[in-house]
Amino acid sequence: MSTSDLDAVIVGSGPGGSTAADVLTAAGWTVVIVEKGRNHLIDLDDPHRLMADYSNDELKFMSRWFLGPDPLLEPRTFRRDDSAGDRDHIGEVNNLPSSVGGAGTHADGKLPRLREEDFHPLSAHGPVEGAALADWPVQYDKLEPYYAEAERLIGVSGEAGANPFEPWRSGPYPMPPGPAMYGATLSGPAAEKLGLHPYPAPTGVNTVPYDGRPACNNCGFCAFYGCPIHAKGDPVAPLQRALLSGRATLMPETFVSRVNVRDGRATGIDFQGPDGVTHTMAARHVVLAAGAMETPRLLLLSGFDHPLIGRHLMFHFQTLVMGGFPFRVHPHRGRAVTHLHDDHLVPDQAARRAAKDAGLPWFRGGMVEHCGPAGPVMESKIYPWGPGHKDSMRASPLRDRMWGFTMQGEDLPQPVNRVDLDPSVRDVRGFPVARTTYRPHRFEQAASAHYAPVLQAVLDEMGAEWTIVTTSPDPEATGSYGDFISPIPNSKHVMGTVRMGDDPATSVVDRWGRFHDVPNLMVADSSVFVTSAGYGPTLTLVTLALRNARALAEAG
Amino acid sequence: MPVFFTDDEYAVVDAACAMLIPTDDDPGATEARVVDYIDGLLGAFSFDPPRIWAGGPFSGRHGGAHGFVRFHRLTPLDELAWRTRIEGSRGRPEREINGPVVGLQERYRAGVAALGPDFAAVTDEERRARLERTPEFTALLYEHACEGMYGAPEYGGNQGLVGWRYIGYEGDVQPRGYTDEEVERA
Repeated sequence: MSTSDLDAVIVGSGPGGSTAADVLTAAGWTVVIVEKGRNHLIDLDDPHRLMADYSNDELKFMSRWFLGPDPLLEPRTFRRDDSAGDRDHIGEVNNLPSSVGGAGTHADGKLPRLREEDFHPLSAHGPVEGAALADWPVQYDKLEPYYAEAERLIGVSGEAGANPFEPWRSGPYPMPPGPAMYGATLSGPAAEKLGLHPYPAPTGVNTVPYDGRPACNNCGFCAFYGCPIHAKGDPVAPLQRALLSGRATLMPETFVSRVNVRDGRATGIDFQGPDGVTHTMAARHVVLAAGAMETPRLLLLSGFDHPLIGRHLMFHFQTLVMGGFPFRVHPHRGRAVTHLHDDHLVPDQAARRAAKDAGLPWFRGGMVEHCGPAGPVMESKIYPWGPGHKDSMRASPLRDRMWGFTMQGEDLPQPVNRVDLDPSVRDVRGFPVARTTYRPHRFEQAASAHYAPVLQAVLDEMGAEWTIVTTSPDPEATGSYGDFISPIPNSKHVMGTVRMGDDPATSVVDRWGRFHDVPNLMVADSSVFVTSAGYGPTLTLVTLALRNARALAEAG
Repeated sequence: MPVFFTDDEYAVVDAACAMLIPTDDDPGATEARVVDYIDGLLGAFSFDPPRIWAGGPFSGRHGGAHGFVRFHRLTPLDELAWRTRIEGSRGRPEREINGPVVGLQERYRAGVAALGPDFAAVTDEERRARLERTPEFTALLYEHACEGMYGAPEYGGNQGLVGWRYIGYEGDVQPRGYTDEEVERA
């Protein structure tokens, strides 16, 4: 294909980029998808065939960066705030996979929708000092049809009506829920007894054969693993459709170093392929879907100077409440998380009082995942060495007899939390790496402190012998930055950094994800999120990519 | 036959791992051949393809072909990263992107030397004391010992699946997976 005929180049092959590719090729566009990492997902010679590289292998996925990026080649840097100097840490900072399929390959596929009020939190709840809270320029009612389409495209299982807090839906989930993990069969009733409302997690994993892919067989290697049998639908389904259209070309192992702009129009990209030589590719449109850290990095490398690029970086503030039980829970069987509850997203009287006591006008938490740890390699490293090691592993208090909750708490957007270019640390190709400056707001910490005892009470009701509460990030943690608990957030939900809005002074892209001043440059990842809500971002970013790419195609 | 360690170093690491994950009524690091896992990591580039990432999608232990034994080929960038991690940067500019990197091989050579050539011959008390006197190396060794004890056997450790069996862990289970009943019930 001659690149002069190219309608769009898409940077990133994750859920956002793959969805954009599917929509644009369905509209007759010719696209190139450029992916920095390797291809372990789909046979590029015959896209009907999915590859056989993923496996139930804890070393490969948890210790050896199989999905990339390798921190020796592509480090990131971190600091808590500007007073820390250039950086506190060089290495891994919330890395998402950088192989074909992006973060969709390693996610455990929880795909909830945001609720109606999540699109107008400022109007619904009012401002919070120190946070740049704002309403989204698009509201749920307009997005609902695209949410429904995204669920069908990926193949989401769930049970409509099971969650009393769910937003309105135009129809059922494409598939019924799968089997509940044993731990969830215990934590669910315990939560209900305390007045909470657990429900089957909307999950982008097949529970019946769907779209030519098999039903999940519950192997348990789900979160952080690629699926060996391709029962996960995200982003396999849209990527496969795009490639099968014959109008999409996927270029793995290709790093985009610059978006070229002339006279207010994007003209294409500069990229380095496996040969390490820099090339230029021309295209009528450029779509960025490299994730909420790499997208602003690319913009800054390209010389974009909007003062809000990189700002309002958000994660989810994780509250980890775990309990030890006198019986085994086998949390390694099943799809990592099969149940959620949303009660802590809807402040009750006690939460309003606690917010007031904390000097806040309001707060709320996030979706709560009922979950347990899975792998024995990770577990074994926690216990001390010596004669007690095997007694610990046999008893397994930190894996096979552990169950609990992760609350993905809403993280308010703060202008000071940001991604920029590190002043001196470079990647393997010689480009400045992304530097994160991040410290949580009191909002999420106060919400965490309020809801953690509620979750501990559920574990007590379930029969826990002990419970423990930790948070990620822990801004005051004094251990190593390589530790699980450190000032660096562990949540892989990364959002903000290229904010969407109607006012060019307070946002970088418009309500269609296009740059205010470069209209043929669009963002199709979670960078555009205005707020983080308290839900996993993937279904929403796919929904926005569907809507915005379709509008782009219609506009021509 | 070790691929990286000398015979003497191999004996020291084997004895040290036996202290970290001892044999009791159940097999320990010695029976799992954890030392072979570590030797295989440090000597990964003695094999073609290098023993970094076992293949997929199945091991053959629960059906399907033995895909794990076909290790993935590395790209030039993968090889750069893993040679840097294992061999160290050794003054090569392409490996010193952000400064020198001390490789695992060098850390092991120094750590094993610090434990002493007679490590395998001294008493358990003395072994423990020496391991405690070298906490940084012991932490590295323990990390790898755990990987060798509980990781997939294709990487050289967990021989006979002893690491998984004594804790009642099934390990990789594809393509069988678990039945709905095995997921939902105790």
